[in-house]
Amino acid sequence: MTGKNRENYNKNYIAYVNSFDPPTKHFKNCFRAFIVGGFICCIGQAIRVIFEEAFGLYGDELSAAVSIALIFLGTLLTGFGVYDRIGRNAGAGSIVPITGFANSVASPAIEFKTEGLVYGLAAKMFVVAGPIIVYGVLAGTAVGLIYLFL
Amino acid sequence: MQTVVFDKKPRIIGTGTIAGPKECAGVVGKYVDKSLTDDTFGESTYEKAECKMLSYAVSKAIENAGRTEKDVDLLVSGDLLNQIISASFTARDYDFPFLGVYGACSTMAESMAIAAAFINAGYYKNIVAATGSHFSSAERQYRYPLELGNTRPPQAQWTVTGAGGAFISYMGGGNGKKINAPAITMATFGKVVDFGITDVNNMGAAMCPSCAHTLLTHLTETGRSADYYDLIVTGDLGALGSRILKDLTWEKGVDIADNHVDCGEIIYNVIEDEFQGGSGAGCSAVVFNSYIMDKLKTGALNRVLFIATGALLSTVSSGQGESIPGIAHAVAIENI
Repeated sequence: MTGKNRENYNKNYIAYVNSFDPPTKHFKNCFRAFIVGGFICCIGQAIRVIFEEAFGLYGDELSAAVSIALIFLGTLLTGFGVYDRIGRNAGAGSIVPITGFANSVASPAIEFKTEGLVYGLAAKMFVVAGPIIVYGVLAGTAVGLIYLFL
Repeated sequence: MQTVVFDKKPRIIGTGTIAGPKECAGVVGKYVDKSLTDDTFGESTYEKAECKMLSYAVSKAIENAGRTEKDVDLLVSGDLLNQIISASFTARDYDFPFLGVYGACSTMAESMAIAAAFINAGYYKNIVAATGSHFSSAERQYRYPLELGNTRPPQAQWTVTGAGGAFISYMGGGNGKKINAPAITMATFGKVVDFGITDVNNMGAAMCPSCAHTLLTHLTETGRSADYYDLIVTGDLGALGSRILKDLTWEKGVDIADNHVDCGEIIYNVIEDEFQGGSGAGCSAVVFNSYIMDKLKTGALNRVLFIATGALLSTVSSGQGESIPGIAHAVAIENI
């Protein structure tokens, strides 16, 4: 049984292993993601209201300022080593908001700092966020084209 | 034959172990030589910390064996990092030859078997076999940055922060003189077995077929039954892998339910996200060289079959969609 007759034994084994897999708790995960994601959005909304009232910002300037504030918070919590703990429990709830994007850029920057500021920190900074940017732009372009021709 | 018999009885006369804070909260805490409260071990990077832990394990093994560095003829060591840097950088600090080996998490058994073979052949008398791993350095090489907020799947295992070394020596014997050090009596070098598991988070399942293969081959070739051994200790299959191994061997008519234990399964008190238990080269190195060796020395165990298992993947191979080949080497350690 060295796995050479792959066709038969592999399928049997993989099916058998899958039958053992501890089930992912979808409902619990969704619930946590909903609560945490919603909470982050509430913070964003609160910042929005504060910026609007206190600094009199509006429109695009207001949206940009709120995004900047949230990115700052996400990066700060990453630096304090808190965001990964939130993410471990919240899953998509903390990955999808803009704070998650900040986390995905800041965490490799911290991690690879030891390999130098250029080839470590700067070059590796986008190992996680890179795909998001590439396919985000691609998807944006595709949707834009569809919108153009509609 | 995959099994070799060491008639000159190379003996493990001293071991040195060190483990991180999370590991020491578990069963090995009482048995390791040094338990770290800070997982960087006072170093600036995790890689340096891993290297320093491995150095500590080597030095402590020599010290516990009652020997000096001058007595050592060879260091056989490896680790999980690319180009086995921890092992080579550790060897840089010592004035004896170094043989670097890579068997992923099976490195401990592999290096012990190689050391025993060298001694049995009469080429060397004193060899140190050591290996270690570090959660944070492994995590960034194989997975994601530490601070990235992602979830761990329930099949996942946790790379052990720790290192262990064994001082293996030729003590003579065979003239009826009782020597109080466990002897390595046999080794079964394993075949690479791949049943097509591609899930990098389920390494226990990927390594099980090779582990079962090595175990069954060892038992067939030596004519021993599974209950000959007081304990069959596997490397780092984890809780899920242990169940699969029991099933696979049961299918072939070998029942190991009563005397099998897995290092990965027992090392942690699961409190955070260790899920299936520990993994990594340091897992079996720490558990075997501290806990199991203590039981061997006190006579609580007399015949142990130590099978360390390794998943031979890299980030490149899994990125290219390759399945995960497994390897397992078995070493029989007996009080005789």
